[in-house]
Amino acid sequence: MRKTCLDCVYEIAKTDPRVFFVGSDLGIGTLKEFKAEMPDRYFMEGVSEANLIGMSAGLALEGKVVYANTIATFITRRCFEQVCLDLCLHNVKVRLIGNGGGVVYAPLGPTHLATEDIAIMRALPRMTILAPADATEMRRMMPLTVDHPGPIYIRLAKGGDPIVTRDEPFTIGKIFPMREGRDAVIITTGVMLQRALIAAEMLHANGIEASILHCPTVKPLDENVIRDYAGQAPVIVTVEEHTTVGGLGSAVAEVIAEACFPAPKRFRRIGIPDVFPDQYGSQDTLLARYDITAEKICSTIEALQNGNRYH
Amino acid sequence: MATKTAPINTTLLDERSRRLRETIVKAIKAGNRGHVGSSFSLVEIFRVLYDDVLRYDPKNPLWPGRDRCILSKGHGCLALYAVLADKGFFPETELWKFCKPDGILGGHPEYGKVPGVEASTGSLGHGLSIGVGMAINARFEKSPHRVFVVISDGESNEGSVWEAALCAGKHRLNNMVVLLDYNKQQSYGTTYEVLDLDPLADKWRAFGFAAEEVDGHNVGELRAALARTPLAPDRPSIIICHTIKGKGISFVENNLNWHHKTKISDEEMHALMSALGANHA
Repeated sequence: MRKTCLDCVYEIAKTDPRVFFVGSDLGIGTLKEFKAEMPDRYFMEGVSEANLIGMSAGLALEGKVVYANTIATFITRRCFEQVCLDLCLHNVKVRLIGNGGGVVYAPLGPTHLATEDIAIMRALPRMTILAPADATEMRRMMPLTVDHPGPIYIRLAKGGDPIVTRDEPFTIGKIFPMREGRDAVIITTGVMLQRALIAAEMLHANGIEASILHCPTVKPLDENVIRDYAGQAPVIVTVEEHTTVGGLGSAVAEVIAEACFPAPKRFRRIGIPDVFPDQYGSQDTLLARYDITAEKICSTIEALQNGNRYH
Repeated sequence: MATKTAPINTTLLDERSRRLRETIVKAIKAGNRGHVGSSFSLVEIFRVLYDDVLRYDPKNPLWPGRDRCILSKGHGCLALYAVLADKGFFPETELWKFCKPDGILGGHPEYGKVPGVEASTGSLGHGLSIGVGMAINARFEKSPHRVFVVISDGESNEGSVWEAALCAGKHRLNNMVVLLDYNKQQSYGTTYEVLDLDPLADKWRAFGFAAEEVDGHNVGELRAALARTPLAPDRPSIIICHTIKGKGISFVENNLNWHHKTKISDEEMHALMSALGANHA
């Protein structure tokens, strides 16, 4: 997914002279063709995220479209004020590409885990948040990022993730229903779609039919679709590779709470609890540590369906 | 070795400098608040920039060929507002709505709201990086326009200033001129007490800039230094302007009680105006 994203930046830049790339201190050879062919639009500016964002804002205020790339934690929380003021307040076309969204960098420990990136980006007016589920969706999405108004945060997954999306036109701000079922709704973003799809199959085997809503755009959230599906199902579960504080689950909870459905819903957020993850290992083992698994999605839905609110 | 006490500057102000300060005082009175001292140290810097240096068209503030001027120490905005109004970017009557709900001029300058303002600033340490991006773009476009960024000494406590300085030095942005308002006072005390910046010019030179130091209230010195920019053919320039916080009003000068002021009484207003009248050439 990361390689596809950067390949797209290169391809877009070849045909659009407004497109610039600004990296921090990325791996050797990053976008080397871009650098070789368009050196005056390629910048590698060092481990100085505040300057990287401000400089990108300056370019964008002059009409350029800037793709800025570094590790997700550093491009969101390290330079949060620059993102807020230089990008969002000025409403400029800077596209933040965050490597390793969620717990991709599990072996590197809590300094490198982007587990609140969606929450903090979501609080910023004018920010768009994109988290595609696989490389093919990334390829459909990236061309639309060029002319989309205002700043964008693009959350990258590990890479090599299974292709689980359909080949259909991408729209920023649109939810993609991936499965239909009357008993429950599973709402996901990013690569968690994989787990939701597996969980839905497992539920089906147990006689429970779940819809799946894939939200590659977390902000602005396609609230109408959430209301439509949530209104028709008694059980709603969100799944995210992110803290349950302020991310997709919170956003969905806000929509459901304000929908004022005539009958109460049984709702649960599955995600990382309000802690700093305390283990290394791999992305998969850390997700399992916090019960972000297909099995847990299933058992949560079954428990909610049975009226167990505290599963 | 620089003095470690509050600076003294005996430069007399001419009629134009006095009138600009009067305008600032009136706007502060209208808004019932404002950064008095921080604006007064900037008056000659902006006056010379807009009278003698910058290329711009107040009737077409987004003219692509204009020089970009960013006030990174946004709290000094009244000096910029006074000069922009004087040049016709917006009617002077806007100044009398300073910080009012129906005004465009707030306590920090906003891009998109105030004609002639290139970037929204207020939180310190942002303007220089934005200026770096603009200067890189000017070079990319092969446009002769230049980028001027006005920063402060207290602002230079921010690490982001030095990230931007490294970057400007790396790219040898000879189309960029930084003016540093070195009034040696910040909110809590002198810069020497709070976070000493000296030797300041040497720091900037070490970051790849060509540096000069001038009396920031001496219009002739400012003009001459700016006329020499770029100070080196292959480097960004910085002019360190030695100034006085509150310059022009004896009881405001170096007086931190006037860093930011609210609720100015009629008596204080009278005293400000009288003192201004007494301190000009």
